[in-house]
Amino acid sequence: MNGTTLASLRPDLALIAGHVRPGARVLDIGCGDGALLAALERERGCDARGLEIDPANVADCVARGLSVIQGDADTDLGYYPDTSFDYAILSQTLQTTRRPDLAMKELLRIAAHAFVSFPNFAHWRVRASLAFGGRMPVTKLLPERWYDTPNIHHLTIDDFRALAKEQGWRIEGQWFLNKGRQTHPANANLWAEHAVFLLRSS
Amino acid sequence: MAASAPASDPRFGPDRRVTLGQPLKLDGGASLDGVEIAYETYGTLNADGSNAIMLCHATTGDQYVASRHPITGKPGWWARTVGPGKPIDTDRYLVICANVLGSCMGTTGPASLAPDGAPYGLRFPVITIRDMVRAHIALLDHLGIERLHAVIGGSMGGMQALSLAAHWPERVARVMVIAATAAMPAQNIAFQEVGRQAIMADPDWQGGAYYNTGRAPDAGLAVARMAAHITYLSEESMHAKFGRRLQDRAAKTFGFDADFEVESYLRHQGATFTGRFDANAYLYITKAMSYFDLAEDHGGRLADMFAGSKARFCLVSFDSDWLYPTPESRKIAHALNAAGAPVSFVELSAPFGHDSFLLDVPELDRVIAGFVG
Repeated sequence: MNGTTLASLRPDLALIAGHVRPGARVLDIGCGDGALLAALERERGCDARGLEIDPANVADCVARGLSVIQGDADTDLGYYPDTSFDYAILSQTLQTTRRPDLAMKELLRIAAHAFVSFPNFAHWRVRASLAFGGRMPVTKLLPERWYDTPNIHHLTIDDFRALAKEQGWRIEGQWFLNKGRQTHPANANLWAEHAVFLLRSS
Repeated sequence: MAASAPASDPRFGPDRRVTLGQPLKLDGGASLDGVEIAYETYGTLNADGSNAIMLCHATTGDQYVASRHPITGKPGWWARTVGPGKPIDTDRYLVICANVLGSCMGTTGPASLAPDGAPYGLRFPVITIRDMVRAHIALLDHLGIERLHAVIGGSMGGMQALSLAAHWPERVARVMVIAATAAMPAQNIAFQEVGRQAIMADPDWQGGAYYNTGRAPDAGLAVARMAAHITYLSEESMHAKFGRRLQDRAAKTFGFDADFEVESYLRHQGATFTGRFDANAYLYITKAMSYFDLAEDHGGRLADMFAGSKARFCLVSFDSDWLYPTPESRKIAHALNAAGAPVSFVELSAPFGHDSFLLDVPELDRVIAGFVG
């Protein structure tokens, strides 16, 4: 029933799944229809759990035999005990939280490691759109318009690095994606559409 | 010892009974001899006895899950969910449902005969949800089932499922709790007390000793049912079903007849209920629910209750259910999470209030089928 394989995952999720230690305890926050959870359970032998806000998605997950709790990353992470997971994953969700810094702190309280992926608002296409078009960018990765976007806290790769430094989080890995493919880290803040960070609280 | 049962095994099938050989020790300190349990099974137990699913019925439910009710003639209360090819597939699973202790559809309750040959009435000991589950466990022993594939229950059935998981963790692999709570909220105790008082205020109740007097507290029981029935619906579903429409008349009568459709409906619900339910059983069962507080002996720390559990859990609530609202289920989910148990929780959208778990909610079917596996 869990038909998901690593190869069929969204690129950032495939990258994360490939770096999760087999057999680890994982919490995927904003797990959607459970594609990553299913792949982690099936291919990496993980004890994978999810938190998801949309009830239809949760129903999908449960129907796939996954353990997913309906809840909100902004309010419900507090119910998880300290270090109850090896990894907490927040993919494409950080920019939608009310307080990304607090959400990250919760991730690093709940889990020893945190994977975070987010669209990079300093990608050259976004910069160009704003600089020359004078309008809030609408790109493939950021398809919503300013008034209907769930992304309420746009950030750049350098913004995130600065926050990590300020908070004392150790960056254990960073990967950058362009058109779904991994790309060179040099000048990532300009050239990468998408970033994945692996952190641990120092 | 969980051996495969031959098709002719008299322990399995519709309308079964068993009399327990051992006394049933109860939470209140009393002990009941010769407890009879009325139950039904559907489907076939597999060779290693691993495909049994126990369904726990709600307050006034019974063992007739998927077969015609012997008194009302209506289809079973979960016939839409349980059967061949249905979300709980009887081609794959052995499904068991027992009438709860204290009820009146064949399992020992206050209307049953005490050892002295007269009905118990109020001599029946006050029971708890855990006592009901004790009887279920005795039934599982009788059937030779060591570990259930799943226990599933809605409302009071969900309380039994929780109690089974907490107190007999080795007996179940999957626990599904629908529209329930881990501790009866004050508002629900209050509604139940109204029902109990309605019964006890009826002069025909006679201190509970109404059996064989030719009178029974039908008026009180009907009012109890009417009050309870309101709590099972939602404002939205009542409005959609009845609105302010009048019942078979063009104008108000300026009297106390059932002018409104909703009045007529409730009176009908109350009247038909008395034909199939015993008033004392209603007192005992609602009291057991009022007493229910799973973590009471653990200072309210619900997470402690599931520390030893290896089961998977699934909690479901409905957005229109104001009797067992979503926070009740969410609390359980968070506690299970804290205990490290694999748990899912979802609030489904359905307009029918608390009764949603019995009605047509396709998302619920999907969740049940997926969780049962």
